[in-house]
Amino acid sequence: MKSYFKNMKTITKVDYATYLGVILAFIVVSICQSQGLVSRSLGGMLVPICCYVCMSVSLNLTVGVLGELSLGHAGFMSVGAFSGIITAMSLQSAVPNDLVRMVIALVAGAFFAAIVGFIVGIPVLRLRGDYLAIVTLAFGEIIKDLINCLLVGWDENGLHIALNVDGTKSMSSLGLSENGIEIIKGAQGATGNARIATFAMGFVLVMITLVVVLNLVRSRTGRAIMAIRDNRIAAESVGINVTKYKLIAFVTSASLAGAAGALFGLNYSNVTAVQFDFNTSILVLVYVVLGGLGNIWGSIVATVILYVLPEALRQFSDYRMLVYAIVLILVMLATNNPQVRTLISRIIPRRKGAALDE
Amino acid sequence: MSKKFEKGKMVPVPSHAIIPERDIDKSPILECSHLGIDFGGLRAVNDFNLTIGRTEIAGLIGPNGAGKTTIFNLLTKVYQPTRGTILLDGLDTSGKTTAQINRMGIARTFQNIRLFNNLSVEDNVKIGLHNQERYSAITGVLRLPWYWSREKAAHERALELLSLFGMADLADHQAGSLPYGAQRRLEIVRALATNPSLLLLDEPAAGMNPSETAELMENIVKIRDTFQIAVMLIEHDMKLVMSICEGICVLNFGQVIAKGTAEEIQSNPAVIEAYLGKQKEA
Repeated sequence: MKSYFKNMKTITKVDYATYLGVILAFIVVSICQSQGLVSRSLGGMLVPICCYVCMSVSLNLTVGVLGELSLGHAGFMSVGAFSGIITAMSLQSAVPNDLVRMVIALVAGAFFAAIVGFIVGIPVLRLRGDYLAIVTLAFGEIIKDLINCLLVGWDENGLHIALNVDGTKSMSSLGLSENGIEIIKGAQGATGNARIATFAMGFVLVMITLVVVLNLVRSRTGRAIMAIRDNRIAAESVGINVTKYKLIAFVTSASLAGAAGALFGLNYSNVTAVQFDFNTSILVLVYVVLGGLGNIWGSIVATVILYVLPEALRQFSDYRMLVYAIVLILVMLATNNPQVRTLISRIIPRRKGAALDE
Repeated sequence: MSKKFEKGKMVPVPSHAIIPERDIDKSPILECSHLGIDFGGLRAVNDFNLTIGRTEIAGLIGPNGAGKTTIFNLLTKVYQPTRGTILLDGLDTSGKTTAQINRMGIARTFQNIRLFNNLSVEDNVKIGLHNQERYSAITGVLRLPWYWSREKAAHERALELLSLFGMADLADHQAGSLPYGAQRRLEIVRALATNPSLLLLDEPAAGMNPSETAELMENIVKIRDTFQIAVMLIEHDMKLVMSICEGICVLNFGQVIAKGTAEEIQSNPAVIEAYLGKQKEA
């Protein structure tokens, strides 16, 4: 067993350490919570932290591994959140068990986000660099505006859906029966949801996201995706179907964001589309960039620290986005500074090749 | 521009192909006929005809800007040809993408090295094995038994290919940090990993010192003998071209000005004027 660990590659060790770190963090926090050591405000943040960890790990798949800048990741979260809420609310009587209903809602969120990711991905992935970033940004805004005028209700006849584009429709135009439930009320969003998300489910979702992303990256598929990132022309020349592998990465990323969104939606009694706007996309992008592009455990650590930090410094929270912007600029400057880089590489020994380079 | 090469001296090109004797009974691996491409008003390549035998080492030479790399880009469909046909192993390649052409059997290296710089040497070769070690993305994510057996096979095959070029001990290094000569070799290994029947090498000896070039020459012959494949190379190092290429094609202004064996090319007046003659003056 010992020799098995010795022979393992550094990358494999880092992966196992990542899993282990997440499991330990979950156990420690759960124990603290049962002992009453976790404050109310921190306790309320546990599920959103899990959601944002999934968001940043999945965005890292698009930005770090595939190498395409996406500014609309919150759009997939939004699709996942609202499809998850609709699923959970309409199954309330059919599936009385909260846990089962939550799992179904998460799967539905992931599924619908994957479909949207596929539809968006086909035209968008033909673009490169800045153009792709702009189109994904527009996609995020379109999703926000669409959900802002979405009316959804449920009664024993099934789902009633209407789009309030011209502002003339209201919930009454859905024609719900007496014991129907109003699920999404346009700009007011989804109100009166059953809050069924739990920290344990958040932990499971983080683990699933980690397994999917890490195993994908370490497989034949992941190598093809990274080959496209490093050199598209060379990737084509060795027989890699560029469109197919870009789509696999993009759709996987979107569906994981959808599942995270569903969990996020089920954690609050009120959810509005405005919560998943451009700022949210940028926030997640900040986690990814600060954690390091392509560095999965880095994304997790950056997400947890940056999510908890502004809440801990609540009196400054008006300046939250300002501080984020400044930190982002400073980290970008620092990581591109050759002196800082040599310092970092001295502290953390990199692959053997790095020494050969100098 | 077009007037210039109409006036240029053209030596009638023999219509028969130069194929080594051992390959004569076998069908040729590559047949190009009347291949051409225009970039706007510029005829970059015109009426290019070439046949390459199963295990031939062919050379493509010509002055700078003659259209040599353009021909490689046409063969691998980086550019779609404006005119003409390319038959690979008797199959028409029109309308195929670069990736499909690779699966049909053409692998190439690049004049300006194009490795996957952030990945390890072994991963670079494994990416070359992409279409041999097949398993789905879902098998990879769930790590089903098939994943382990395929990954093990890919690992062994990658090391086997690397050791052919004495690079097995570099397997864990980052590709981008390798010395120049090793990067060129790695590109060849990666191309070979795709199991091609025709290997295109674009200036493989560029930037190499004489001893590295000598080693490369041995390696190219070794590749042909081990894998029994055809090799076509673009090279400015005349010593290399003249000593290992069985058939040589000389290109100038997108036109073939001569074809033949090394001796025939060396004594061809048009070639001397267009190319070797200038070198002597310098």
